[in-house]
Amino acid sequence: MKIKLYDIAHSRAGDKGNTLTLSLIPYKAEDYPFLCSRVTAEVVKEHLRDIVAGDIARYELPNLPALQFVCQQALTGGVTTSLTTDTHGKSLSYALLEMWVEK
Amino acid sequence: MKQQIRIGCGAGFSGDRLEPSLILVQQGQLDYLVLECLAERTIALAQKRKRQNSMLGYDPLLERRIESLLPHLLEKKVRLITNMGAANPLAAAQKIVDIARRLNLSVTVAAVTGDDVFSLLLGTETALETGKPLTNSGPLVSANAYLGTDAILPALATNADIVITGRVADPSLFVSPLVHEFGWSLDDSDQIGQGTVIGHLLECAGQLTGGYFADPDRKDVPDMAHLGHPFADVYSDGTAVFGKVSGTGGILTVATAKEQLLYEVMDPSRYITPDVIADFTQVHLEETGHNQVKATGGRGQTRPDTLKVSVGYEAGFIGEGEISYAGSNAPGRAQLAGSIIQERLQDRFTDLRIDYIGSTSVHRTNFGHYPDPYEIRLRVAGRASTTQQAALVGEEVEALYTNGPAGGGGARKYIHEVVGIVSTLMDREKITSSITVLRS
Repeated sequence: MKIKLYDIAHSRAGDKGNTLTLSLIPYKAEDYPFLCSRVTAEVVKEHLRDIVAGDIARYELPNLPALQFVCQQALTGGVTTSLTTDTHGKSLSYALLEMWVEK
Repeated sequence: MKQQIRIGCGAGFSGDRLEPSLILVQQGQLDYLVLECLAERTIALAQKRKRQNSMLGYDPLLERRIESLLPHLLEKKVRLITNMGAANPLAAAQKIVDIARRLNLSVTVAAVTGDDVFSLLLGTETALETGKPLTNSGPLVSANAYLGTDAILPALATNADIVITGRVADPSLFVSPLVHEFGWSLDDSDQIGQGTVIGHLLECAGQLTGGYFADPDRKDVPDMAHLGHPFADVYSDGTAVFGKVSGTGGILTVATAKEQLLYEVMDPSRYITPDVIADFTQVHLEETGHNQVKATGGRGQTRPDTLKVSVGYEAGFIGEGEISYAGSNAPGRAQLAGSIIQERLQDRFTDLRIDYIGSTSVHRTNFGHYPDPYEIRLRVAGRASTTQQAALVGEEVEALYTNGPAGGGGARKYIHEVVGIVSTLMDREKITSSITVLRS
């Protein structure tokens, strides 16, 4: 069965210069191992290929539990000089949650 | 020495709402109120205002916020710590004193200065974002170092009712009263790391209490129209219990706290501030009551030898134009309009962006999942070196009325002056902070 990340997790986007941060927080802690195994940095990089130009690093926070993705060259030049409407990339949390995964 | 203090955060950005801070002061039984109002770009714009008028350059909402809060701060004996000084903490302090005199109130204000390091800058320093000298980005207009808790402590040591700063690290606005009240050592990295967790959770105000969280039927937040801002009861061992004034809207749960804990965090094991390299990975969040979350477990390593300096530069202008299409084949007509604009402007702009609002403008893709929308808005943006060049974008979009596809409506045009921001690192020994105390 395919599910959207939106169905099992929530997210908030943040920005630093041209770098985008995306948290991925399961509603239920028991879904955390599933997210760890399926939502790798590589899979997210492929999903966000039209958005993120640079590398994506994934950090695991089993205590919360949550994952944190740090995406380089993701804001078309950065908050202050980008030509896009959402210069901070604040709406991009919902781009991550658009991802489909096999469960 | 106190065993526990309560710190509220009544603003998380320059344009934040005014009412929640008033409610915090009137009903929150606070010891300290923090107003965090200074983004990276805000201070560069403030530096430009200061250059035009040496008595300006502080936060544009300072007067409105202080006028409404000051009588209540004094009555309830709540000390205010804020970075609303922006590019000009001294002028901000003077303005607060002027307001107090007008209201016939007695106030002492301590201004923290030293973050403005523009005169120390050579321009040859490497920009962290580009790896090239700062001046390669453009003509430099400002340079402000992120000061830390050590710069704010001398101001708290005075009897000032209000401490006003320019650029300081956001968490330091909260760490400083904790160090001041509990006598924590700035060398106790674990203690300062936990203080930084507390500051990071509070610094965006409503983002901890259900703001920026709601998604109807999935993440419901009650009474958002009256969203309350948070406070933390912090104990001398660093344990913090977060809450909000009862009767205010919003929610405070481990879910809202998790979203805020990770907000804008790069490496969660190395969150770098002037005070500490904080480690968020062992943080434990626990709901201890209705709208009440306890946070423990923040740790840290020794603070860095350098301070981050935010450098503003002139980045020219952006011209924008928008026009809407609706009904049958709206996307087709919008795309025709976009291609016409592209052809008309491409020789005069090296950096031109064409977006379709309602389809792909925000995420730059729709992941191929969605049908055509009923209505769509063409948006064109171009980078320009002069206002005259920037104006061409809106002019061409507006001209689509009589020179473009059928049924275009609601054209708008805008020109923005752009201040870009890059960062560099500066040896902290080069940077000297000081305080100035004014009384009404």
